[in-house]
Amino acid sequence: MVRGFRPRNGRRRMMAGWRVFIVLLLLAAVFAGVTAAMQSRNDLRNAPVAVSVKEPTGTPSSTAPVSGRFAVTIRKPAGPPRVVTALKDAHAGSVTVACSTCHATRPSDHRNKTVKTLDEFHGGMAFSHGTVSCLSCHNPADYDSLQLADGSRVEFTDVMTLCGQCHGPQMRDYQHGAHGGLNGYWDLTRGPQQKNNCVDCHNPHAPQFPRMQPTFKPRDRFLEQSRSQH
Amino acid sequence: MTTDNTPSPDTTDRNEPGPLLPILGQSSTRRTVLKTAGAALGLAAFGEALSPLLVIPENVSVDEFLQQHYKELSEDDKKKVFARLEEETRERYGADVTITDPKPIPGVRFGYAINVSKCNGNGKCMEACNKENNHHRGVDQSYIRVLEMTKGSLDMEHGSTTFDHMVPQEDKFYLPVQCQQCENPPCVSACPIEATWQEADGIVVVDYNWCIGCRYCEAACPYHARRFNWEPPEIPAEEVNPSQGYLSNRIRPQGAMEKCHFCLHRTREGRAPACQEACPTGARVFGDLNDPDSDINYILKNKRVFVLKEELGTRPNFFYFFD
Repeated sequence: MVRGFRPRNGRRRMMAGWRVFIVLLLLAAVFAGVTAAMQSRNDLRNAPVAVSVKEPTGTPSSTAPVSGRFAVTIRKPAGPPRVVTALKDAHAGSVTVACSTCHATRPSDHRNKTVKTLDEFHGGMAFSHGTVSCLSCHNPADYDSLQLADGSRVEFTDVMTLCGQCHGPQMRDYQHGAHGGLNGYWDLTRGPQQKNNCVDCHNPHAPQFPRMQPTFKPRDRFLEQSRSQH
Repeated sequence: MTTDNTPSPDTTDRNEPGPLLPILGQSSTRRTVLKTAGAALGLAAFGEALSPLLVIPENVSVDEFLQQHYKELSEDDKKKVFARLEEETRERYGADVTITDPKPIPGVRFGYAINVSKCNGNGKCMEACNKENNHHRGVDQSYIRVLEMTKGSLDMEHGSTTFDHMVPQEDKFYLPVQCQQCENPPCVSACPIEATWQEADGIVVVDYNWCIGCRYCEAACPYHARRFNWEPPEIPAEEVNPSQGYLSNRIRPQGAMEKCHFCLHRTREGRAPACQEACPTGARVFGDLNDPDSDINYILKNKRVFVLKEELGTRPNFFYFFD
């Protein structure tokens, strides 16, 4: 490039281009800040929350420890579910495929509201979750993710954000330890706490807590048959 | 004792040496008779006073028998007592355990709440209690009883503990009952020997070695929360929980009363009680009543909360709620 050859106004235009770039950069930073703030507001625990949105699948999220307090770790789903096929691999393990393996090549059909109208796959699945349809939660743009009510993408690992849209009271109680139970320490100044996520206890397709058979019964003395027949 | 063998004034005419036992040879005057009777009574009283030493049960060592009340033990005494109990556990159960006595956390007052809308009666809490607290496996003892109640009544006296079917049933609800850690505990007033008392964090504890097993406290408790060790607890060595508290989950002797102590060996170290961790429905909420931001205070402020048998004035620190 020859220095003297460049016209002055061309140089000015280039300067203007830099300015626009810097402004864009600033805007991007502000935008990132705002989304981060919203993200942290959405997050699950009253203590300040780590801002990183996507964590490697399978690792639990944990709130950043406030000074002198231990973290509350919320278990996370391992990632997008995988469908078990009838095929076996070389180690005799089942071959599993991602949802997108099939769904990427098939257009999504919004007319399918329940399991009943599915004739190829997912037919036998128990479904009992109000009047929501498949695509209320599953993301037709990418079946390895979910979508919120406003159509924005949410990962399987962040499923609690999805559940919390409708189940506000449960989410509120969860944040106050009144839903979902816990393990570890009640006193966070002495040790950490672990909590389940929604789908640890609730099957998302049939969320009602399953019925159980009691297996343990103390045998009280007063319940025993009287030894002497009087 | 009558060692005085000088002749009494009215027997001065007898000069021969006295017999081996002086009182035998003496004529039965009023004085000697009284002396003899007094001596006999004294001996009898002394013997009676020592007699408990002769009837110490086979399974009670002299050290254990002579042990002081927990509150009167110095730190040195405690070390010896805990070491002795650990040794006894090793001998009788074949398990190496550590006995400690964690103190109440200053400023903490424990509260517990159960969500009656969530509890489905599965009984995992009772099982966790049994394992955590080294309960007698022979009767599957537990500090908790889950009552199956007919909807429409809160009368726990009509609850059933023996239900054995899939839960929850449509027309039933489930009410786990354990020690309510009352502010005004009738069991403590009933104890004739102060073997049970309330600690600063609200937990009512028992000194199992001081307890005489009269079971007055069991009768006094309106919540049926106290248990009696009719038999020496049987626990396989591999199932003995080695982390033990003197006032909580150490293996209790036969003949002692026991009760829920909010797992104080865990909770006083900041951990959740075993029954809370075990609950698969998340119905149990535990925490510090003195901390305004605690989970338990969120329940008390925001839920429809009730206590059992409120009319008795026991003021439980154990709550139930619906949502």
